[in-house]
Amino acid sequence: MVKTRTVEIAVGAFMVIGLVALFFLAMHVSNLNQLTSGEGYRITARFDNIGSLKVRAPVSMAGVRVGRVESIRYDQQRFQAVVTLRIDDEFNAIPLDTFASIFTAGLLGEKYIGLDPGGSLESLADGDQIEHTQSALVLEQMIGRFLLNKAEEG
Amino acid sequence: MINALASLGHWALNTLATSGRSLLLLLGMLAGLTSLLRRPRLVLLQIYSIGVLSILIVVVSGLFVGMVLGLQGYYVLSRFGAAESLGVMVAASLVRELGPVVSALLVAGRAGSALTAEIGLMKTTEQLSGLEMMAVDPVKRVLSPRLLGGFLSMPLLAALFSAIGVLGGYFVGVGLLGVDSGAFWSQMQAQIDFSNDLVNGVIKSLVFGFVVTWIALFEGYDAVPTATGISRATTRTVVNGSLAVLALDFVLTALMFGD
Amino acid sequence: MTAASARPPQPTMTPAPEASSVLVRVRGLCFSRDEQVIFDHLDLDIERGKVTAIMGPSGAGKTTLLKLIGGLLRPDAGRIEVDGQDIGTLSRRELFELRIRIGMLFQSGALLTDLNVFENIAYPLREHYRLPESVLRRLVLMKLEAVGLRGAAQLMPSSLSGGMARRVALARAVALDPMMIMYDEPFTGQDPISMGVLVSLIRQLNDASAMTSLLVSHDVRETLSIADQAYLIAQGRLICQGTPQEIARESSPWVRQFVDGLPDGPVHFHYPAPDLAASLLSEAHR
Repeated sequence: MVKTRTVEIAVGAFMVIGLVALFFLAMHVSNLNQLTSGEGYRITARFDNIGSLKVRAPVSMAGVRVGRVESIRYDQQRFQAVVTLRIDDEFNAIPLDTFASIFTAGLLGEKYIGLDPGGSLESLADGDQIEHTQSALVLEQMIGRFLLNKAEEG
Repeated sequence: MINALASLGHWALNTLATSGRSLLLLLGMLAGLTSLLRRPRLVLLQIYSIGVLSILIVVVSGLFVGMVLGLQGYYVLSRFGAAESLGVMVAASLVRELGPVVSALLVAGRAGSALTAEIGLMKTTEQLSGLEMMAVDPVKRVLSPRLLGGFLSMPLLAALFSAIGVLGGYFVGVGLLGVDSGAFWSQMQAQIDFSNDLVNGVIKSLVFGFVVTWIALFEGYDAVPTATGISRATTRTVVNGSLAVLALDFVLTALMFGD
Repeated sequence: MTAASARPPQPTMTPAPEASSVLVRVRGLCFSRDEQVIFDHLDLDIERGKVTAIMGPSGAGKTTLLKLIGGLLRPDAGRIEVDGQDIGTLSRRELFELRIRIGMLFQSGALLTDLNVFENIAYPLREHYRLPESVLRRLVLMKLEAVGLRGAAQLMPSSLSGGMARRVALARAVALDPMMIMYDEPFTGQDPISMGVLVSLIRQLNDASAMTSLLVSHDVRETLSIADQAYLIAQGRLICQGTPQEIARESSPWVRQFVDGLPDGPVHFHYPAPDLAASLLSEAHR
């Protein structure tokens, strides 16, 4: 009976260790703790070109992450990308005339959306749309424009 | 020529018969799972001998694999000035691939071969026939708990492997090579997705645990009851088990991560 | 008791004493494995409450016969009836119910190596009945006492001698109080003392609880000393049957060779082979 008791304890310990490892992976290694799914409020923004922006890309203000890109779709009438952003509830005082731009983290990094607050006293609420947007800078376009300018100068 | 054809046909028929027997055995074992609800002890013992006894080898290998990933990843990434992405690289390789696959290979080698030898010896020493004659179904009473034990142990072992591996990578990358600790974790958390990466890794290890234990039990049950027969069966368990894990890994990866 | 030549003819069956007194009835049994015929239309009866011995040279299929009776193997043709039930037509559940009433002592003992002696004997009881632990304990110790190994209850099977392991297996075989026990080569590889112990145990168990015993062996002297009825089989056929006294009086050369252990006779010392000189010459030419 002593032996079976040690087996029970060992199996119990094994379960605990395994679950702790899973928990560690979930909370520390993956993005589970950032997936406050369903919470927060949604606002939309229209862009002429979103570059390589992906769903779940971060949305930040002054470098602080305030939400994520929830969905991206294409508006066939206006030939624009419609991006839905989910902003965490705690950031509930984003001015109505905020400016949304698509930036790149580092030279080759991921695209993200940066919000520049405007001066309005009213705040964005669920379902609102950001009016002022700036499209992503596409590297090829930039290089092309740069070369064109050089050619004109020369 | 005729002989070659005949032996080819013979081989094909044998292979088909073997697969048929293994499938029948699997059905028998699955049918026996319900009766285990009344005998959880049996499963507990198997989790002990498959899971608990594999902890040491899994932890040690996980640590070293993680450390090697940290070292190699650093050399490659620092050439592109992206050493901060080390955490992502280490964690992605471990959680998606190395954790489930390497721990399954280790279990096939350590616990799988032991299972085959155990069942094969029980067959050789007439213990299985003895159970039959006591009106006890050996498939339900001996094999089913082992299948369930392997199935339940594997994801825990794989998670342990990955977690220890990430810590090993952290130790080498941050502790020895001076990668920024904050970047290591934050990049990792930004890139590793819970449902895409972690849950898929767990699903993989469940599949691997199931298949490795199934192969091990079948080889033992189907072994020729002699010393040579058992040694051949043990070898087949390790070879077939490892090949099955690698092949299934490809299939599962293609299914899961191919957008 | 018909006389038999080198290839013995089938003896005419003696009329079965009484239908109800026959526990196991084998009729026209055919069985072959890997194209080798093991039984060729075998008929035999095993009577209730008696010790019946089945003897024959190694490879005559004695163990196979026990496995066929126990339903571990299926015959190619013929019927095996145990207590009136045709083994071949039973469902798995019915077969299991029948097996609860049949004990079998395997040649190797077949003890479960991961359980100790006590648990091995308790195993069939735990599997089939829900007994309070105190009742179970008393039952197991009684069975162990009957084979004289109560003191060994806590030992593991690996630390038992061959004779002790077989006695433990015997205690396990009678744990469910079966109507019949089948012994597969119980005397093989035993020293004279444990052989004597087993011989008297088999007889005692049979008489004490009115069981039927079926004994498969090629140890002629020990087997005949406890059997009430004996069958000799070889080459898939029944060669001779009768009480030990009748067998001892049997004059056919085959029976004499087997019972007296003569090196040469109808069964030749040499396995069939081409002429020795011819084989050696053809080797040399190669």
